[in-house]
Amino acid sequence: MKIALFVACYNDTLFPETGIAVTRVLERLGHTVTFPIEQTCCGQMHYNTGYHGEAVPLVRRFVQMFRDAEAVCVPSASCVAMMREHYELMAERENDPAFLADVRSLLPRVFEFSELLVNRLGVEDVGAYFADTVTYHPSCHSLRMLHVGEAPKKLLRAVEGLTLIELPNQEQCCGFGGTFAVKNADVSAAMLTAKDACVIETGANVVTALDNSCLMQIYGGLHRSGSPVRTMHLAEILAGEAAR
Amino acid sequence: MSVRVGKTSTAPAFPIAAHKALANQQLRANVARATNTIRGKRAIRVEEMPDWQALRQSASDIKSHTLAHLDHYLTEFERNCEAAGGKVHWARDADEANKIAVDIIRQYGGTEVIKVKTMTSDEVQMNVALEAAGITPIETDLADMIVQMGHDEPSHIVVPALHKNRFEIAEIFRRTMNLPDLTATPEDLTAAARAYLRDRFLRVKIGISGANFAVAETGAICVVESEGNGRMCVTMPDVLITLVGVEKVVPTFQDLEVFLQLLPRSATGERMNPYNSFWTGVTPGDGPQAFHIILLDNGRTAQLLDERERETLACIRCGACLNACPVYRETGGNAYGSIYAGPIGAILSPQLQNLQHSRSLPYASTLCGACYEVCPVKINIPETLIHLRGRIVREDQKTLTGKLAPENIAMQFAAKIFLSHRRYEAAQKLARSGQLLFERKGQLTNLPGMAGGWTKYRDLKPIPKSSFRDWWKAREKGETQ
Repeated sequence: MKIALFVACYNDTLFPETGIAVTRVLERLGHTVTFPIEQTCCGQMHYNTGYHGEAVPLVRRFVQMFRDAEAVCVPSASCVAMMREHYELMAERENDPAFLADVRSLLPRVFEFSELLVNRLGVEDVGAYFADTVTYHPSCHSLRMLHVGEAPKKLLRAVEGLTLIELPNQEQCCGFGGTFAVKNADVSAAMLTAKDACVIETGANVVTALDNSCLMQIYGGLHRSGSPVRTMHLAEILAGEAAR
Repeated sequence: MSVRVGKTSTAPAFPIAAHKALANQQLRANVARATNTIRGKRAIRVEEMPDWQALRQSASDIKSHTLAHLDHYLTEFERNCEAAGGKVHWARDADEANKIAVDIIRQYGGTEVIKVKTMTSDEVQMNVALEAAGITPIETDLADMIVQMGHDEPSHIVVPALHKNRFEIAEIFRRTMNLPDLTATPEDLTAAARAYLRDRFLRVKIGISGANFAVAETGAICVVESEGNGRMCVTMPDVLITLVGVEKVVPTFQDLEVFLQLLPRSATGERMNPYNSFWTGVTPGDGPQAFHIILLDNGRTAQLLDERERETLACIRCGACLNACPVYRETGGNAYGSIYAGPIGAILSPQLQNLQHSRSLPYASTLCGACYEVCPVKINIPETLIHLRGRIVREDQKTLTGKLAPENIAMQFAAKIFLSHRRYEAAQKLARSGQLLFERKGQLTNLPGMAGGWTKYRDLKPIPKSSFRDWWKAREKGETQ
């Protein structure tokens, strides 16, 4: 399949290894990955912070760029949640039938990375090798908006060499919340302390998720407290290969 | 008309109040313990219901229908309530509701009243108005009594004294009930409260209640509670005054089969409340012989105008969203500066006041969605939070201060950058060189401005030298694999 990658602006800038890993996994499975170079942002930061008018041109831009894609892969559950929860509503408010039709036609072809693999491509074992202990943090948007359910854990369980350790109290938010992390830094940090304590309790060497935003928060707290636990996007684990 | 919600007009912004709350370890321990207990009980009682999702949908449908035809159902309620011997009063705002209550109490020569837990009376600050008129309000719900005696504020919709543990409660009782030897065992505390309250139930001739539901087809009022104080207050006095928000009306008695399954399970993790009191007007020789109902607007009808905002009025005040909210669970309710705390408070308080106050509350959420998941009437709280953020941003942008606010400038700038991938790539390069000023031992630990909120508590890896798109472009050119 020809898969268009929307890498997400913060992954592009801060976590390039995630996009590289997504490309490697999909190509290893025999798919063709394209990366429309004009892509920037899905509009989530503006929209969720209340800058609704400012987000509209970004949404139009995204839809225009990916409207003809066979499938769009997004290694960020919160960006996909932004698209599924708000794009249609925004297009309706714009009173632009063509825009709305494009949104409605495109959305069923947009997949979060683990959804694409498990639900669309029907793959659970991507032939990965990763010899370490891993715990999985279900990000709120993947859990409660995308309802990805067991998909990421199925993928992790199929990884050779990997030991998956359940994260206690895993459905509790890590405290990131976009601009919440700086607007309500004290509360965000209190929530993070609780999350990181659970991560450390597992004894795992790696914590993974479908969102680098949560992982950036979790890493920030872990590193500040001197913990050696590493954070890795799910794609980076799945890109792992045994040394030959 | 002046809409007032508790003490929101003088409350500090959420981040400031939350900072203070987070320093109070006793408070945090109390809140965590209480919310964990209620959450656990709720989960068991929800799990056992095969049709929970269908019930939620029914409740949402009933509420949405009723709110779309609120004028019809309110006048139907008024007609049936008065036919049964009740007297209906309409109050546009807090001041009108309080004046009506004071006038009724004076009409019967009352100097004190017993009260059943009513958040709505806290909303209009009725106790303050009663005291100003020389009338003593006596809270009879155990938690409300603790809050009143401790000169405190309620911190939870269902469990107003959730932030206090029994040792703190014993201290309050010792002081106010003059019981220096009272222990903090639950038995002793209950016995002290019982003796204190029984005297008031037998003596005071006027009661004030709120309502969980008002049934249009019969004119009946329904109050659910756990302690029996409610049953006492609505049956023992000669005169009963019931304060009801206009959104509490439901069309038919049968609608309650849905809500009375959802409410106790969501609120306290019980299959049924211990006390479910219903009364319709006045029954000669039985119960209060004068029954007054105050139907309160206080900003509610203005909320009907917008479909998204209207949905908030479906709330049945179960408090499940508070117990589920990771923000509330850290700060407790008082940080919200409103008697309506937690996720529902974060959307209700600012809406009732047309965004005049509580403007920091829509931002007191990570949009994690835990509230929406547990809401028994399916109020999409995260979506409403975003909607309110949008209203606040648009309002602020109309002022010069708002236009010049660093956040607005940054957001306008970012929006422009994202509209062109060339500008975006230039910004990536600029950020990479700019961060050199702040990099220490391979980490960013002390960033300026808004980003300082991040590095106050967390480290950040510096922006890598090469972006994903750099890698992609290089690969396209065959420079890398």
